[in-house]
Amino acid sequence: MTTTIKQLQQGLAEKQFSSVEITQDYLNKINRQNAEINCFISVTDELALQQAADADTALANGKGTVLTGIPIAHKDIFCTDGVKTSCGSKMLDNFIAPYNATVIEKFYQSGTVMLGKTNLDEFAMGSSNENSFYGSVGNPWDISRVPGGSSGGSAAAVAARLAPGATGTDTGGSIRQPAALCGITGIKPTYGRVSRYGIVAFGSSLEQAGPFAHTAEDCALLLQSMSGFDPRDSTSVNQAVPDFSVDLNNDITGLKIGLPKEFFADGLDADVAKVIDSAIAEFRKLGAEIVDISLPNMGLSIPVYYVVAPAECSSNLSRMDGVRFGHQCENPVDLEDLYKRSRSEGFGDEVKRRIMIGTYALSAGYYDAYYLKAQQLRRLIKQDYVKAFEQVDVILCPTTPEIAFKRGEKTDDPINMYLQDIYTLSLNLAGLPGMSIPAGFSQAMPVGLQLIGNYFEESRILNAAHQFQQATDWHLQAPGMK
Amino acid sequence: MTLKTEEVLNIAHLARLQINDSEVEQYTNELSKILSVFEQMKTHDTSDILPMAHPMDATQRLRPDVVSETNQREKFQTIAPDVEHHLYRVPKVIE
Amino acid sequence: MSSWETVIGLEIHAQLATSSKIFSGASTAYGAEPNTQACAVDLGLPGVLPVLNTEVVNMAIKFGVAIGAEIGKRSVFDRKNYFYPDLPKGYQISQLNLPIVGVGRINISLQEGPETGQSKTIGITRAHLEEDAGKSLHEEFARHTGIDLNRAGTPLLEIVSDPDMRSAKEAVAYARKIHSLVRYLEICDGNMQEGSFRCDANVSVRPMGQAELGTRAELKNINSFRFLERAINYEVERQIDLIEDGGRVVQETRLYDSDKHETRSMRSKEEANDYRYFPDPDLLPVIVTDEHIEAIRKSLPELPEEKCQRYINELGLSDYNAELLTSSREIADYFEIALTLAPELSKLLVNWILGDLSGALNRSDVDIQSSPISADMLVNLLQRIADNTISGKIAKEVFEAMWQGEGSADSVIESRGLKQITDSSAIEGLIDEVIAANPNQVAEFQAGKEKMLGFFVGQIMKQSKGKANPAQVNQLLRAKLK
Repeated sequence: MTTTIKQLQQGLAEKQFSSVEITQDYLNKINRQNAEINCFISVTDELALQQAADADTALANGKGTVLTGIPIAHKDIFCTDGVKTSCGSKMLDNFIAPYNATVIEKFYQSGTVMLGKTNLDEFAMGSSNENSFYGSVGNPWDISRVPGGSSGGSAAAVAARLAPGATGTDTGGSIRQPAALCGITGIKPTYGRVSRYGIVAFGSSLEQAGPFAHTAEDCALLLQSMSGFDPRDSTSVNQAVPDFSVDLNNDITGLKIGLPKEFFADGLDADVAKVIDSAIAEFRKLGAEIVDISLPNMGLSIPVYYVVAPAECSSNLSRMDGVRFGHQCENPVDLEDLYKRSRSEGFGDEVKRRIMIGTYALSAGYYDAYYLKAQQLRRLIKQDYVKAFEQVDVILCPTTPEIAFKRGEKTDDPINMYLQDIYTLSLNLAGLPGMSIPAGFSQAMPVGLQLIGNYFEESRILNAAHQFQQATDWHLQAPGMK
Repeated sequence: MTLKTEEVLNIAHLARLQINDSEVEQYTNELSKILSVFEQMKTHDTSDILPMAHPMDATQRLRPDVVSETNQREKFQTIAPDVEHHLYRVPKVIE
Repeated sequence: MSSWETVIGLEIHAQLATSSKIFSGASTAYGAEPNTQACAVDLGLPGVLPVLNTEVVNMAIKFGVAIGAEIGKRSVFDRKNYFYPDLPKGYQISQLNLPIVGVGRINISLQEGPETGQSKTIGITRAHLEEDAGKSLHEEFARHTGIDLNRAGTPLLEIVSDPDMRSAKEAVAYARKIHSLVRYLEICDGNMQEGSFRCDANVSVRPMGQAELGTRAELKNINSFRFLERAINYEVERQIDLIEDGGRVVQETRLYDSDKHETRSMRSKEEANDYRYFPDPDLLPVIVTDEHIEAIRKSLPELPEEKCQRYINELGLSDYNAELLTSSREIADYFEIALTLAPELSKLLVNWILGDLSGALNRSDVDIQSSPISADMLVNLLQRIADNTISGKIAKEVFEAMWQGEGSADSVIESRGLKQITDSSAIEGLIDEVIAANPNQVAEFQAGKEKMLGFFVGQIMKQSKGKANPAQVNQLLRAKLK
């Protein structure tokens, strides 16, 4: 049974139920199921019900917006004033954020209700949500499998119907990949579309916040609320935000969809490839024109990403030093001891690994060969896309090379884990918008399809996704959980 | 591409991370593996390419010189591990 | 004396006099209670982001234009990564390869020693923007250091000279010139005690004639020009002694101890530190247009060098006096206000401002802006000399009374009855009295002792309480003694 935000909004408008009622409903479900899935780190019952009550009042007074009263969950990487913000790390286990991220502030102003903060790979580093201080998250379709990462908690929460929508962040695929593995819809907007202020930074030049929901239509609503210029973020673009919902129903006859051959090559699971092929056929039926394209430098995505992201994070995480907030070791003997023990106790293995890689890539003697080189190659990757978009309107490919793998399967092999992001990384490097939508199943597990748009053309890919979702019902399938 | 133990310990120090003797080998192996992946970048000639620090070639916006923040010391210091006389405390540093 | 050559370069950190910080909207006002001016951005809390202050850019451009430098039309902020408790983010935002101000120069002239009056050009390598760190307080606690982050994020302009100085005196002359310039430009208040103008000196020695530079030591913790001179001289001697004893100078940071008048090695927080500089991904390149630079050039006040030349060429002042008058904007402003009121008194003004007024200001340790005798009050006094109301000698007494707050020149002269006696008959009367009272001395004079004239003048001045016009006394006395 799938309830969309659109449906909830209608129900609230028609007074079929109140926000307090539906919020309580979700809270009850979370209470029953979170222990098994472990997708919530904090459940903010009291706050949620208070916000729901306020929303009901606003609706009654005719002062509601399109999202007033809608309960959603937030990835525990967004600073929430007065509420624990852990980033899935022991380092911030005791951190009560003293301010709201801009995205959170905007959602509050839209009248949404915060159900709680969801689990994630520590500091957004990971592709399986197995790197959290608060334990790993299970995939609601098969609890022995991973939900993907780093926004695994948010994706699992929506997939398990514990929230109709949730927020995530995407640095190398961390919205799209879990969306694909959990059979839901998720979108990463163009870099600069959504403010990064208040999002604990991992890869500053790569990441964007975005929504999860069951449908492209719902995502459009949520993305609308999140987007917009923020003077507090220097990388925020001062560009008018279009109405993402207005073009959803456009006919996609003649839409040129490019298929990059590099994303349909070795490494792609044959079964997944079949599902994607069927989806492509579906787009043909809708009138789209399928074009073969090439993105020759995509193979460089992995080394380039794994230099740039860790380099930026190694510096971004230096502020976690046990002095002004967060975990401090006991009885530090001197300054060095304070730093080393606080940080070593506070950070998990993957985070430490990436800090080390990043530190190395920036260090004297290696800067030119690694960081500088990566930033040059990044331009090549971007140029491939720019050229491609001269030929096509939208690019389509699988979101991931395989379905959700078993928990523990890849934890000993970091490189194999990194390869999960092979189709998603390049968008972050280029700053392009991309989304993942359910396209079918393989071995009873969801398969996701990725749509990549040109800069600031979120409407275009939401439109293509919406048309697909009118013609198919993969997105309405629910896991066999109660 | 294999890292030497010495290099790994140096990186850990720069990053203020403590690595136990038992962990050194594991880190050395894992990091060396990842560094091998980087070798793929060498094959490309990038001498003519401007490094891309941002996805858009946007430029810095300027903010007016106005005091816009109020004193929130109490709120900010409530979350600090060790504050005394309104100062953040660390073990004594000798300069 | 040994045949050693001293080579000195100075790094000056000038705190820019903006209202808010370089990357946040917190206040930069000096003297606030600890940590009351450290906002979330200054504290480096998780998720915060920097946004650049426009006035900081303007001030840097002003400086660049004033030293005839190339302005960096595209400058970039880089992160300088290191751990220290007064550096909240674990990195300082600075500029490495693309600073906002490029190569410039400034002229100094030496006021003492064999090269007095000679002018020398000192090259400036660059000036760049960066943020200041907080303050570490070591005296508050027995076993802890206390950190006050009010200062964190204050804008700094780091001005780096070429190693062009060859003596401590040249270094001080350069430092003073820069000090005066930043105050003229109103970009820095130059308060060395409060730390808004900090000089670090890079000092090395080499055998005279050698082209290669010797190893340099960096001297820090110098907060006055006097200490700058002493510290450099001490260091030069230390290095020479060391080398002559067979030792080698180590490249290190040394702190100046103003009590012991020596430099000592700092237990280095920068021990061969690898700063891992890379462009800050949270900030974008700063673009400065030609129009912007031109607008700033037009808005500059008359600069010290121009003003100095004008005083020499148009007012006929000596180089020496012109230099002194233009050494500080406040002195020049005072002089020019006075000059507007009484342009014919320029010579008297120069003498009195550089003489009696400066003396009184120094003795009372007061700035000219706080002088109890304002420019128009001084003009009043000098007018009374010029119009013979009082003699130059009496004027000094009046000046003293004015300094103590007794009122204007006119009111002091009135109340103390200090008007000069210029009435010939009155003076003749006095002369007659004195001649009558001193017949022996009259005889001696008439017998040929010319020196006796001085005796009579002295007596008459005494009789008249200094008020008799000395020139008239002389003239009439000679006539009477014939």
